[in-house]
Order: sequence, then structure tokens, then C-alpha cells
Amino acid sequence: MSATAKLPRWAELGLLPLVNLLAALVLSGVIVKILGESPWAALKLMSAGAFGSQEAVGYTLYYTTNFIFTGLAVAVAYHAGLFNIGAEGQAYIGGLGTGLVCLWLGAWPFWAVFPLAVLAGALGGAAWAFIPAWLQARRGSHIVITTIMFNFLASALMTYLLVNVLIRPGQQSPESREFSAHAVMPAAHELLAKVGVTFTATPLNLAFLLALLAAAFVSVFIWRTRWGYALRVAGQSPDAAVYAGILPPRIIIGAMLLSGALAGCLGLNELMGSQHRILIDFPGGAGFVGIAVALMGRNRPLGVILAAVLFGALAQGGSQLSFDMPKVNRDMVVVIQGLVILFCGALENVFRAPLARVVAMFGNRGGEE
Amino acid sequence: METYTLIVLTLAATLRVATPLLLAALAGMFSERSGVIDLGLEGKMLGAAFAAAAVSAVTGSAWLGLAAGVATALTLALLLGYACITHRGNQVVAAMAVNIMVAGLGPTLALAWFGLGGQTPQLDGAGQRFRELVWPWAQQARDVALPGLLYAELLSGHSLIVYFAAGLVPASAWVLYRTRFGLRLRAVGENPLAVDTAGISVNGLRYQAVLISGLLCGVAGTYLSTAASAGFVRDMTAGKGYLALAALIFGKWKPWPTLGACLLFAFTDALATRLQGVALPLVGVIPVQFILALPYALTVLLLAGFVGKAVAPRAIGTPYAKEK
Repeated sequence: MSATAKLPRWAELGLLPLVNLLAALVLSGVIVKILGESPWAALKLMSAGAFGSQEAVGYTLYYTTNFIFTGLAVAVAYHAGLFNIGAEGQAYIGGLGTGLVCLWLGAWPFWAVFPLAVLAGALGGAAWAFIPAWLQARRGSHIVITTIMFNFLASALMTYLLVNVLIRPGQQSPESREFSAHAVMPAAHELLAKVGVTFTATPLNLAFLLALLAAAFVSVFIWRTRWGYALRVAGQSPDAAVYAGILPPRIIIGAMLLSGALAGCLGLNELMGSQHRILIDFPGGAGFVGIAVALMGRNRPLGVILAAVLFGALAQGGSQLSFDMPKVNRDMVVVIQGLVILFCGALENVFRAPLARVVAMFGNRGGEE
Repeated sequence: METYTLIVLTLAATLRVATPLLLAALAGMFSERSGVIDLGLEGKMLGAAFAAAAVSAVTGSAWLGLAAGVATALTLALLLGYACITHRGNQVVAAMAVNIMVAGLGPTLALAWFGLGGQTPQLDGAGQRFRELVWPWAQQARDVALPGLLYAELLSGHSLIVYFAAGLVPASAWVLYRTRFGLRLRAVGENPLAVDTAGISVNGLRYQAVLISGLLCGVAGTYLSTAASAGFVRDMTAGKGYLALAALIFGKWKPWPTLGACLLFAFTDALATRLQGVALPLVGVIPVQFILALPYALTVLLLAGFVGKAVAPRAIGTPYAKEK
């Protein structure tokens, strides 16, 4: 037996996250009980709120889209051995890029605005990730700290721009004017109507497909390209990477650019898909949820998608919960997110050893038969 | 005279803003000097702020509030220690988990217990808050030209916690540099193997450091909800934990420079409030957001090595595994 318990692949990728998730949910249930409500009723309300109707599913997948983008962002950086806490700020600045394209090119047809909006979002996010990446690669500044600082800098910059520059004249709240009808992501119900399917009107839009495409791209990139291979080597063993002729500084910068670009796509869903204007604090913590999503999904694209659906369901089901249970508000969802990060990330080793013992026990029994 | 009053009032505001920053930064100093990254300052402070306000609202005693605040922050610190020291979990992830969890838990419990939409009741009863202490003859001194105002506004007129924070700086410096515990603490953050070889428990020392951090964060959070304001509101730390971390880095993980960084950051904050919408000669109106972003920008520049150099404790962030 080695010091750190080894689990078979299926248990490492499937069983352990499930056990950790279960622990987080059980503790959440205890908290709901303390609040004076029934955990079972809460669970039922949340699942119905998240999946019970077309409208529910639409909203759940709409939130999911945000979390896929930020979850992938954290995951890509993680494979290169970097912890990107700055997805929130990168999403904020990326959204600025998307928003500016939508505001400026509102007269252009959608097919021309669309690629530019995607490009601007990715570029904005990548640009905001570039400076911390460069500082880590060339000056050795700790990327966790610099990305945190860049979240605050992004927030200050955006507040300034929205209050002083982008604000619609004669308006109090810091929001830009509305995008023109050309510069808006087609909604899912409109697209489905074209193929003869009726779907309730929800904010779910084309960006969801983009998020799935991004996940597929990351999957191919990380596991099927030389670049992705170099990135994983540099992440797992920087020394080996140097011997193999891989330059860690380049990997750091490349990985963070991709990470920032993915986070920067959040605006495509949130601004171009739903709000149709730039407004204050539109990422709304999705960058931090991305950490939970990546941890829960074991930094694999498919895992990230599944975890993003889970957190999308939590976000949507949670708002339903606050309607029906007077003692529970939407903040309970934030508590659950925190608990998931705690159990799936920080406390992941707690259940590993006991689980390894159980798995080994069953494995041996199978061998004897 | 007018300008002078303005300056003194801005400096007094600086002291009040600096207090929670300083407490949290010194908290982080103990933790990080022992080799444990302390991104959880924000969450520990926020948790303490809620507990202190809630208990003070129910019992009517700010001191019981302080006890509750400290107990909460200590519990969170223990949780972090359990995850990061005992189970060698990722320190950054654990801290983010605590920060996010507490950000949700405070308003959730506040709604369930007080029904006030995520806040605690207003603390306005006698003894529910740490009030400003007015020093002898402060009112009379106010009229005595220059030194009088300085005495009345800068020395007098702060809550007990402000003076506690000020005293904590020399105390921390003494503990860190003049005691056996301090020496071991610094050693365990630089070279845990050497400490272990000397027969001293690495994890024991780190637990002590993390608990000290919890204690001080508890005081900082209590200050926010029962001294600086009258009750807990959602997200009331508003990034102060991260700003404190920036101050700690800016102060190069040393007590006196950290005090300087806290005062500098607090001064920019007080200045931003004063300069809101005021047109200055030559430059015109400086956007408040730029002044408020200054501490973060300065910290990035420092980390980049463009303004001096900040070198973190060498073993920071790496859990210690005893060779078997």
C-alpha cells in the first residue's frame, strides 16, 4: 500500500466525486434542517424548479452555459499546473469586448457581428489573463495572488467605464444602451421553432452550443495535440518538461491565454444572449463557481459539462426554493457551492483512503470467485 | 485652518479604515509565515462579523459578540487547518471554499433567525457596540488650535479595537523576532524539514499559527459589524480580506512594513471618499475607482519586482509530509 491511496480510474473519476458531492449535499441538508425547513421538501422543490418544466430546463441550461465557460477556463489552467482564480475578472473584461462589438456594429447583419463578438470576448478575456500569466512566467509572481488583484482591477475599470463612459445618457443605473436586434444571440426557442419544435421562451440561447463546442475543443486540444501534451507535462512535472525541451514560460502564457479566452466567452451568453446590454457585475460570481465546476468535473471537459449542469440546476432550483420556502433565500445556493468546493477540492483526501479500502475489498472478492 | 481640519479628519478616517485591514494582515502574517497561504482572511472576517452582530443583537453585549466572532473565526480556522494541514488539501481551494460558504451562510442564517432579508438587526442599544472612547478633555482640547484637534480626532475618539490593533504591531514583531515560538514559526515556513529534524512538530506549529490567524480575524470581523457599523449586512467585508493580503505582501510579510502598507491602503480609501467629485487643480476630477484600485495595482507592481521585491516564505503553500 502506498502512502496516498490509489483508486482505480472509474472510482477516481466517478465514485470519489459522487461521494464528495453526497457529503456536501448531506451537510447542506443539515443546514436546511437547522433553518427550520425540511431537506427532502427542499430537494424536491429544487429538482422540480430546475428540471420540472420546459421553462425550468431552459433556465437551468442558460446558467449551465456560463458555468461551462468558466469551468473550462479553470480546468485548462489547472492542467498546466496553474490555479486561475481570475476567471471572474477575465469574464468581465471579455464581456466588455463582446458588448462593445455589439454596441458599435449594431447596424451590421448578425452573421458579421457574431464572429467578431466571439473573437472580442475571447480576446478580452485572454488579454486580462495575459498580464498575470506574463508576470508568473517571466517575473515569478504568484499567479493566484495576481489573478485575485486583477479581479479587483477589472471591477474598478468596469465600474469606471459603466458609470462615466458607457452609461446610457439620462439614466441612473450604470448600464449601457441596449444592443440592436442584429447584435443579439438567437434564443433557443426561436431556433427550435424554425425546425418545428415549440419550446417555452427562456434566456437559453445559441451560446449553449458554443459552450459545448468549446468543451469539445478543449478535449481535443488537451488530449490530442502536441500543445496539449506539452501543457500537461509542464503541469505535472515542470522539470521533466524542461528536459523534454518544453519551455514552461511559454506553456504558462499559452495556457492562461486559452483559459482567459474561455472565461471571456461568458459575455456571449450573459450579455449577447440574455441581458442585451452591458451592466455592472454581470459575471455575478460565475468565475468562482467555475472553480467548483472544474474540481467537481475532475478538470475533464465532459466532467465540467456535467458539473456545470449540476450548478446550473442549483442556481435555477435555488431561486425556486426562495420563492416557496420563506426561511430559505438564494444565498443557500452559495452555501452549497462552497460546500461542494470544500468536499470535492480541499477535503478530497478525507474519503479517498476509506474508499480505496472498500474498492480493494470488493476487488479481491471478485478475484477469488 | 480649513485645510488642516480636513487633513486631520482624513487621517482619523485612515486609522478607522486601517484597523480591520491591519488585524487581518497580521492574522495572515502568522499563518503565511508558518507556510500556510491565508486566502481565507475574507471568509473568517465575514463569519466573525455575522456571529458578533447576531450575538450582540440577541444578548445586548458587544463583548459576548466579540467572543462569538472570535469563536466563529477560530472554528473556520480549524476547518482550514483540518483540510490543509491534517489532510494536506489544497490551501487555495480550501480558503476559497470557506470564503464562498461563509458569504452564503451569513445572509442565510440572518434571514432564518431575524427575518430581515439577510441582515442582522440594527445595533443601537447601550453596550451592543464598541463605541468610540473619548479621552479626557478631548472636547475642550478641540478648541486649542493645532495640537488640540490632533489629540481630539487622531488620538482620542476611536473604539477599543483600534487601540488593540495598534498595540498588536509591536506585540507581533516581538513574538515573531524575539521569542522561541516566533523563531520556530519563521523556520517552519522556510524549511519545515529542519524544524522536524529538530524534533518539533511541523503540523503542531502550523495549527497554532492558523489559530492565531483565526483569533485576529475574529477581532477584525467583530470590529466591522459592531464598531465600524451597527450590524451585519451581506458581503460587508467587500474584499477587505484580499486587500489585507495585498497589504501583507506589500509589507513583505513583516509587522512594521505591513502596518505601513495598511495605513497607505487605508489612506487611499479615505482619500477616495474625500475626493469624490472634487476637481483638483491641474488634473481635474480623479475617478474614485482609480484611487480605490491603486492598492491592487501597487501590489501587482511589487509582486512583479518593479517596486522593490516581495519574497514569500519559501515553504508557503506546500503541505508537509513526514517521511515514513
